[in-house]
Amino acid sequence: MWGSVQASEHIKRAAALAVLTGVASLYGALPVHPEPQRVVSMNLCTDQLAMLVAREGQLHSVSYLAGDDRSSAMTAEAAQYDVNHGLAEEVYLMQPDLVIAGAYTTRATVAMLRRLDIPVVTFEAANSLEDVRARILQMGDVLKREAVAQTLVSDFDTRLAELRTQVQERPRAILYYAGGYTQGDQTLAGQILLAAGFGNGAAEAGYSAGMKMPLEVLAMAAPDIVVTSRPYPGRSRAEEVTDHPVVRSFRDLQASATVSDHDWVCGTPYVLRAIDKLGAARRAMTAEVE
Amino acid sequence: MRVMLPLGLAALVLFIGSLLIGPAGLGIGESLTALIFGGEGPLTLVMREIRLPRAILAVMIGASLGLSGAAMQGYLRNPLAEPGLIGVSGSAALGAVLSIQTGLAAAFALALPVAALIGALAGVILVMLLAGRGGTSLTLILAGIAVSALAGAMTSLVLNLSPNPFAANEIVFWMMGSLADRSMTHVWIALPFMALGWLLLASVGRGLAALTLGEDAAAAMGVNLRGLRLVIVIGTACVVGAGTAVAGAIGFVGLVVPHILRPFVRAHPGRLLFASALGGAVMLLAADIAVRVVLPARDLKLGVLTALVGAPLFLHLIYKMRKGEV
Repeated sequence: MWGSVQASEHIKRAAALAVLTGVASLYGALPVHPEPQRVVSMNLCTDQLAMLVAREGQLHSVSYLAGDDRSSAMTAEAAQYDVNHGLAEEVYLMQPDLVIAGAYTTRATVAMLRRLDIPVVTFEAANSLEDVRARILQMGDVLKREAVAQTLVSDFDTRLAELRTQVQERPRAILYYAGGYTQGDQTLAGQILLAAGFGNGAAEAGYSAGMKMPLEVLAMAAPDIVVTSRPYPGRSRAEEVTDHPVVRSFRDLQASATVSDHDWVCGTPYVLRAIDKLGAARRAMTAEVE
Repeated sequence: MRVMLPLGLAALVLFIGSLLIGPAGLGIGESLTALIFGGEGPLTLVMREIRLPRAILAVMIGASLGLSGAAMQGYLRNPLAEPGLIGVSGSAALGAVLSIQTGLAAAFALALPVAALIGALAGVILVMLLAGRGGTSLTLILAGIAVSALAGAMTSLVLNLSPNPFAANEIVFWMMGSLADRSMTHVWIALPFMALGWLLLASVGRGLAALTLGEDAAAAMGVNLRGLRLVIVIGTACVVGAGTAVAGAIGFVGLVVPHILRPFVRAHPGRLLFASALGGAVMLLAADIAVRVVLPARDLKLGVLTALVGAPLFLHLIYKMRKGEV
């Protein structure tokens, strides 16, 4: 009895080995990185890039944030995909052949998926308009859709060149978000300001990255316009600061144009829309000044 | 009375100091000129809309906490009574958070202090019922811990259930308190309730003095004990509710200040009330300057500093109580 069990184990192992070598030789015949067929994205920004670049049927799931109008510019598209919450268990059960994640989010999940031998690609956040181009190309590379990505990038370049007009005077703007956070010139939002023809008052005050700026420093910087974030439902003290009399005194009357929304969040071609809207606000402002 | 003059001077100096210290780093002369004479520039904005409300609130809230601490200690004849420790501030924070998250505070500006006042009133009544006037220090503190824990848990729950992603981070503000980024609006919504509370609490000096002789003696001297209790409960709820509504729960001021000042007024409860109001203002102004000097632009919470001073004193009082000296 014992002997026969051992024998059958041997047969199983030999069979497994044969299958494995067969697979390996088959794999060797194919390109080293085949086109992924079932992709799961776990990050708001990679969600949008993947939706723009992926072939139909290639992208299986996007994160729940992609369906949130406050942060995602592509909620309608996102509705066509399964939703994930960046949890290792749910993502593993989707049986993806590629997972795309942000470099700084869902890190525990990424580590877990890698231990489970699921290929994971991470994307850095975009901090400039140049980064936006690079991320689109990276997505094309990862999804084996280089041609689509190339087209998106050349469209992006063309439209950006149209929007980036030479301006005589740059009104000084400061981005002032919940909790008193500002964005300096080495951030995507800061680059959107510059491209729209504004100067960044926070950068002049020595804030280059995303940092907390005391209300007093904002007041002393005396910007021509303050761009705030759209408040979430419910209430918070962090958002209350964007309604402080000091901020209100700098906030332009055309409130709709001076609120950063879902077009600002991620390094996607939608930043062009943010630049366009902000540029219109600047033209309205400078016309008033003159 | 010898202690009042130095306390008043200290409060004045710290008030001016509070106006002159901030991350913008402005000159003394130009700051005060902008504050008093105004003008178009951003300097006036900083002085009148940021620093002035902050300094005024520090005085108002510090005085309120000192006053209510002295009144409670006198009435309960217990040196451990303090609005923060016995859960009144925590209950007020719960009321404030509920009014903010239900949208009531946005619909009607005075809803915020009113809700905090109701929370504070519920807290103080609950603790007094649980501990009883003749109760020991131990029952008072235990009742306070229970009410604090419940109010804190409910506050956290409400903030965690909020659809706003920033709300949950603000648990620490409601538990520890801060005066950062307040405006004159906050001064105006807190002032009427505080003024009423100050008047009520300032009137109890004679009753508290009589009460030092014991309840029977006080009653024989014509002190209406139920009326006294009602005035202290409502007065405390007014000042602590309004203060917590705009600055969160700041602990230990009402414990430390009367304790330090008691020897200077020869333990006279009436004089202790006024001295504690001034002393509370001094302590909170100093704490609020310290948070700006130690960690500018980080919004260190006031309760951290007051607890660093207050908690060791609290331990010291417990130790003395064990030895039967209190």
